[in-house]
Amino acid sequence: MARASRVSVVFRGLWRVPQVLWSCTRRTTSFVMRRTQERPWLFFVGPALLILGFFLVYPSVATVWRSFYGRGATLFGDIRYVGLDNWRYVFTHPTMTGALRNNALWVGVFTMTTVGLGTALAVLLDRVRYERILKSVIFVPAAISYVGASVIWRFMYAYRPAGMPQIGVLNALVVALGGEPQGWLLLRPWVNNLLLIVVAIWIWTGFCMVIMSAAYKNIPKQLLEASRIDGANEWQTFRKVILPLLWPTATVVGVTMVVQVLKTFDVVYVMTNGAFETEVVANRMYKEMFNFRNYGRASAIAVALFLFLVPFMVVNVRRFTGQGGAR
Amino acid sequence: MRKAMLLLLGILMIGGLALAQQKSVHVMHGWPGHQAVAFAKVVEAFMAEYPDINVTVEIVGRDRPAILETRIAAGNPPDISPIPWLGLMTEWAREGHLVPLDGLVDVTEQIDALTPLGMVDGVLYGTWQSANVKSLVWYNVNEFEARGYEIPETWDELMALSDQIVADGGVPWSIGLESGAASGWPGTDWIEDIMLRTAGPEVYDQWVNHEIPWTHPAVVEAFETFGEIVLNPDYVYGGPVGALTTNFGDAAAPLFTDPPGAFLHKQATFISGFITDQFPGLVPGEDFDVFPFPEIDPEFGIPIMGGGDVSIVFDTGGPLNGTREEVIAFVQFLSSVEAQTIWASELGEMAANKNIDPMAVYPDDPIARTAWQMLLEAEIFRYDGSDLMPGAVGAGSFWTGVMDYVSGVPLDVVLEFIEDTAIDAYAD
Amino acid sequence: MNPTKLLGRFPIHVFLLVIAFVWVVPTLGLLITSFRTPGEIVTSGWWTTIPRLYDVSQFTLQNYHSVLTREGLGLAFRNSLFISVPSTLISVIVASLAAYGFAWLKFRGRKALFLLVVALMVVPMHVTFIPVITAFRRIGLGGTYPGIWLAHTAYGLPLTTFLMHSFISGIPKELFDSAAIDGSSPLSTFWRIVMPISVPALASVFIFQFLWIWNDLLVALVFVGATPDVAPLTVAVANLVTNRGQNWELLTAAAFITMVLPVFVFFSLQRYFVRGILAGSVKG
Repeated sequence: MARASRVSVVFRGLWRVPQVLWSCTRRTTSFVMRRTQERPWLFFVGPALLILGFFLVYPSVATVWRSFYGRGATLFGDIRYVGLDNWRYVFTHPTMTGALRNNALWVGVFTMTTVGLGTALAVLLDRVRYERILKSVIFVPAAISYVGASVIWRFMYAYRPAGMPQIGVLNALVVALGGEPQGWLLLRPWVNNLLLIVVAIWIWTGFCMVIMSAAYKNIPKQLLEASRIDGANEWQTFRKVILPLLWPTATVVGVTMVVQVLKTFDVVYVMTNGAFETEVVANRMYKEMFNFRNYGRASAIAVALFLFLVPFMVVNVRRFTGQGGAR
Repeated sequence: MRKAMLLLLGILMIGGLALAQQKSVHVMHGWPGHQAVAFAKVVEAFMAEYPDINVTVEIVGRDRPAILETRIAAGNPPDISPIPWLGLMTEWAREGHLVPLDGLVDVTEQIDALTPLGMVDGVLYGTWQSANVKSLVWYNVNEFEARGYEIPETWDELMALSDQIVADGGVPWSIGLESGAASGWPGTDWIEDIMLRTAGPEVYDQWVNHEIPWTHPAVVEAFETFGEIVLNPDYVYGGPVGALTTNFGDAAAPLFTDPPGAFLHKQATFISGFITDQFPGLVPGEDFDVFPFPEIDPEFGIPIMGGGDVSIVFDTGGPLNGTREEVIAFVQFLSSVEAQTIWASELGEMAANKNIDPMAVYPDDPIARTAWQMLLEAEIFRYDGSDLMPGAVGAGSFWTGVMDYVSGVPLDVVLEFIEDTAIDAYAD
Repeated sequence: MNPTKLLGRFPIHVFLLVIAFVWVVPTLGLLITSFRTPGEIVTSGWWTTIPRLYDVSQFTLQNYHSVLTREGLGLAFRNSLFISVPSTLISVIVASLAAYGFAWLKFRGRKALFLLVVALMVVPMHVTFIPVITAFRRIGLGGTYPGIWLAHTAYGLPLTTFLMHSFISGIPKELFDSAAIDGSSPLSTFWRIVMPISVPALASVFIFQFLWIWNDLLVALVFVGATPDVAPLTVAVANLVTNRGQNWELLTAAAFITMVLPVFVFFSLQRYFVRGILAGSVKG
């Protein structure tokens, strides 16, 4: 009998589980509901802030702190305070200044080309019947992994000694036109950096095109028609009507591209790993962090990346404050 | 509420106990392809012998240092990982992340030259899974016989042979320094082999430990000796540009085209597999063969330089120096004749156990037998210096420095640059 | 259409076709390379096959065969779906909610918070691994799918929020005014007005978020590891290559196999990238 009652206690306990869980959920839900009725914005931005706080804000604060400590691969533990040493390295060491110069080139050429070309494609493709197929063609590189992309661009830039059959498209063209084959990625510092940027442009233009196209297609048709009825030609319509409406999105895409340049390094990593003066800041950060076990210096580079973004953010702030409407 | 929590906790504990019953070993290696298959066979043989131990294998290629570093920091490293980076092993051992294996693992069967390389400050931390011999020059036997070329035994004979090949209208060397994110490493092998032959093993050790600067005359001489070959457009297939843009894996191919694009190629034992993959008809020992990278200074003879993978055990909080019985059993098994025979015969790589039977392990590959014998009997054996140096030098400025030198940057600029990073990297 | 207009359009067609040609050359090279043998890949240019494209004997299916028959590929495909579909959905939902909140709800510190969110775009995920995974182990999320869903959501969130914000903030104010008159709550406004209008934006953000997660290798290695029962396709493909980075012929084939699903998703979402959804609702 005693045994049976014990069993029943366990079962009664078991029975309680869903009840307890339910009441917990109800209590939290009603709490959240009450809070969000008072502050509806909390319901909308709360989840994002929670996730970002944990995954990005907390590690970023740790990174800023870590940038004042020395080598070693751990966040805490056996590390030495080094003051501004890491920062001095970031802004004065020739390796870093070279990487900064390359990053400036990347920001300029890559951002201008991807955003410009993406916008042009978004607007022009809207007028032709083969829009879908061409969009897919431009989009495909975005779907190819970096490793796959690096393989094919290896075969674009490949070098074989003069007189041998060329297996690289670029050198085959040069030889067909009567020139000497070149080791393209060795032509420092302009040609090789530009050729690496070309790979990134090939990958990212599809992204810009798709986003710009989504923005373009949001422009009410009546607006375009009204402009044309007013006697404006295509170019005037573009300048006076389309461009101002696309500008906010273009800024957003532009900032995104700048961030990509600052942050990603896959093209450089897989194709040259920074040799022949093609180093970029983000690649340096990865190396310092995981290959050289210098978490402190990697942290300083990461924070520096963040600081480089500030000017672009300022531009963006202006945009938000300058805009009318609900803001 | 509290009752429910207790109940949940109880369920979790029972589940946890049930899991703990099964002994398990977690291995993370970086070998894809053939090597992964060979390692799976080794694991299979182990589990047949120890049915109560379950071995899980995780394969991480390119980003393994990053992943291991992250897992160590987070406190959940794998039990075992075979790694080629001895510099990293030293740092991890000194930071207390590794399990000292003295008294736990028996290494008396291991090739003598390798055992001290698995030690840090006199304590055993790693056993050798495999090794390779790097001081080899590959050639096409049929072309050599047809043209009456002799195997050179000294540097002067090697240079004389190179000149003769040029005089005959050929190109002596094929060199490939490109290797994606690791470009430059084949060049560091050249420098290291030359250094061992011109300055000797003691200076080599001083150089690796940064007790002499990179601007030291011995280092200058090693680079310049390499430069005699690689910077001479007549000596290298495609000239220096060819060397810089050719992938190391394709660099042996010109030896076997018709007519041959080049006649000599310096590379480690593993290149044999690349040759037979690209030219399936070729037979090792008959169609292609090797000779030792020749002596330069008679005082130092022909030292052997090599690399390999050392299995290290991470501290996971177990009772045996931080690990568990079953992990030790697996490490011991990896270095046994049985496991080494499976591994080496599957891959043609160098077994680390001296009691294997080379005729049984490499029945069709006289080159592998020769190289293994060289390793076994090496009087002077040195590990690949770039893998011993701190990453910022050995996997950083040394790689890019070699590439810069070959691309025409003046030697003093290159060496000062490496020295600059070395001062920074070796400083504490 | 009159002849002058046709003539005026001629440069547009030329421009578009030239761009398309430049873009398609590397892709085509990759495709052709994936059907060639390793020996031929390194001895002759891939375009040399084009004049005799009809000659099927110069191509091989061996590369695809090697990749597809690899043990555990089906499992890896399933794992990739288990990782990328929930991650993408969660991040698009969280980002849309946040974008709407930042664009149209009034609260103190809104602008500053939004700028912070956008600025977080530039934080390299590499510096977050060690702090995050250390904390993950304490709360028991280490090595789990929910863990990697949250991680992918977090790493993509600044960008997805930024993009969604740029669209949602562009919705004409009048739409919200009429909703306010109806007495609709923010949630129902979000659901009934904002979401339907944002379909093209949602579609484009979805496809790119999906793509990045699908092609991710590093986050998967860090958060779920490389054991075959949980590892995604990218990890399985990375393991095809020899440890010294060879087997280009397998890489090219693998690149096409992993590309199939994202491109299919793109095709099926294309019908949402259309004009007029917003225009229509303005009228209504």
